[in-house]
Amino acid sequence: MDIIFEKVSYVYQKNTPFEHQAIQNLSFHIPSGAFVAIVGHTGSGKSTVIQHLNGLLRPTKGEVRIGEYILSSDQKIKELKQLREKVGVVFQYPEHQLFEETVVKDIAFGPQNFGVSQNEIEARTKSAFEAVGLSEELRERSPFDLSGGQMRRVAIAGILAIQPEVLVLDEPTAGLDPKGHREIMSMFKRLHRENELTTILVTHSMEDALEYADHVIILDHGTKYMEGKPEEVLIQKDKLQAVQLDVPEIIQFLFRVENIFGVKIPYQGQSIVDLASELNRLIRGDGSSE
Amino acid sequence: MEKRIVTFRNVSFRYRESLPWVLNNVSFSINADEWVAIIGHNGSGKSTIAKLMNGLLTPQEGEILVNGTPVTPETIWEIRKNIGMVFQNPDNQFVGTTVQDDVAFGLENRGFPRKEMVKRIKQTLLQVGMEAYTLHEPHRLSGGQKQRVAIAGVLAIAPQVIILDEATAMLDPRGRLEIMETMHHVKEQHNVSFIMITHDLKEVVRADRVIVMSEGKVVEIAPPRDIFAKKEKLQQSGLDIPFVAKLVDELTKLGTKLSKEPLNHDELLEELWTLYLKR
Repeated sequence: MDIIFEKVSYVYQKNTPFEHQAIQNLSFHIPSGAFVAIVGHTGSGKSTVIQHLNGLLRPTKGEVRIGEYILSSDQKIKELKQLREKVGVVFQYPEHQLFEETVVKDIAFGPQNFGVSQNEIEARTKSAFEAVGLSEELRERSPFDLSGGQMRRVAIAGILAIQPEVLVLDEPTAGLDPKGHREIMSMFKRLHRENELTTILVTHSMEDALEYADHVIILDHGTKYMEGKPEEVLIQKDKLQAVQLDVPEIIQFLFRVENIFGVKIPYQGQSIVDLASELNRLIRGDGSSE
Repeated sequence: MEKRIVTFRNVSFRYRESLPWVLNNVSFSINADEWVAIIGHNGSGKSTIAKLMNGLLTPQEGEILVNGTPVTPETIWEIRKNIGMVFQNPDNQFVGTTVQDDVAFGLENRGFPRKEMVKRIKQTLLQVGMEAYTLHEPHRLSGGQKQRVAIAGVLAIAPQVIILDEATAMLDPRGRLEIMETMHHVKEQHNVSFIMITHDLKEVVRADRVIVMSEGKVVEIAPPRDIFAKKEKLQQSGLDIPFVAKLVDELTKLGTKLSKEPLNHDELLEELWTLYLKR
């Protein structure tokens, strides 16, 4: 499902003293099967964008197209439920939404609401357990007895069991330790690759945008500030700093190397291992990186 | 010898007898005016330490001393005057309708005279750089600003220890930086110990000492430089190592001889430059 924002504006509490324009004339196109990172500091309009993706909000102006579904100010879409089945949103701290008595009931809640048959639900919960790396031994446990990392996985499994075509992730690793962060992010990467799941990652982390996304959209004050391939956008230090964002640490470091040594090592997605050998050549005075 | 402000002696804790130990024979001490980071995987017992320190939880075994006084049901009220806490979610800790009311809350509870309250509110908001927001509504502030107000509220009661329990986890990078700068600023003006529970390695690097927790046990207590030199141990504990430390590791494998364990870009680049000049 392609996602198209066409000159979208959204105003909260319109015609009241609290009126607030959250996004303004925003256009972008996310092709089916892409992995896109949406980056911006607090208040840049990221959450408002997310809420348009599954029809929680309708644009004040402009149009949002998600596959065949169209959201605009003057038409309420009839197939809202269908849309929400196709676009799965993992909100921030999704474990706060767990409520069922057992893990397996919580995961089954979504598909049940969409009228999926009992046999099918059984099959889907089974593969959701596997996808998020949860042991099936936890099936009958209360989700509230689990650790934070496990609860997060249960919540994500509940979304995956709906089998959406688009997965929207709002800061999915906030509060997790580095290992949990890595595990959850590689899981999303794998799901994206294996199931051609269109994935939209909303994040503060430039490192994650660089590592996982194949396209990045930078928002500022509700407008699109930059857009493009991560390795092209995320190296524009001055432009990013102007909107209080930083370039990823590896790129920061390469800038410093250039300042000090007068030699540019371009960022080409190299790993730390590659970078170490480039630096090693540099300090030994091999001209190969000049 | 330096003055010890918090001491854990062989402390063990579990929530119920049927459940495993959350903390298992934990001992450490924190000095007056020290900045200590506590790191560890989710569920390693970090936050439990914070809750034991100010008597929100009571250990089944061992002893906790704050300022030389054991933490007991009789002493916790006195002890809580000396320990301030800032929690993860800024929205869960506001009570006032304006920034100044919020900072006033702790002072009111402790019965400070009005004149003193006004003085302290002004002072502490200035210290956290929020003096321009005195009459603002807390819920309209950014995450970083909210946490700065929360720090001001804690500072106002002049505790000897401030615990920040993942206080930056929900903030964007700019908010995190604001908090780190605020902490440095406060540290310059007050004699206060900071205990920072965090996953963010950039924050750990700035601490005087780091306590590494794993599975309810202390696995390491050392300055950050020594901690990051033990990369395997960190990774075994489910933690990451900073970019610079990883790069140093790879450089060392290639035969580059670095004299100390660089912690940040400046230190690493300085060493590389020296090697470059000597090539």
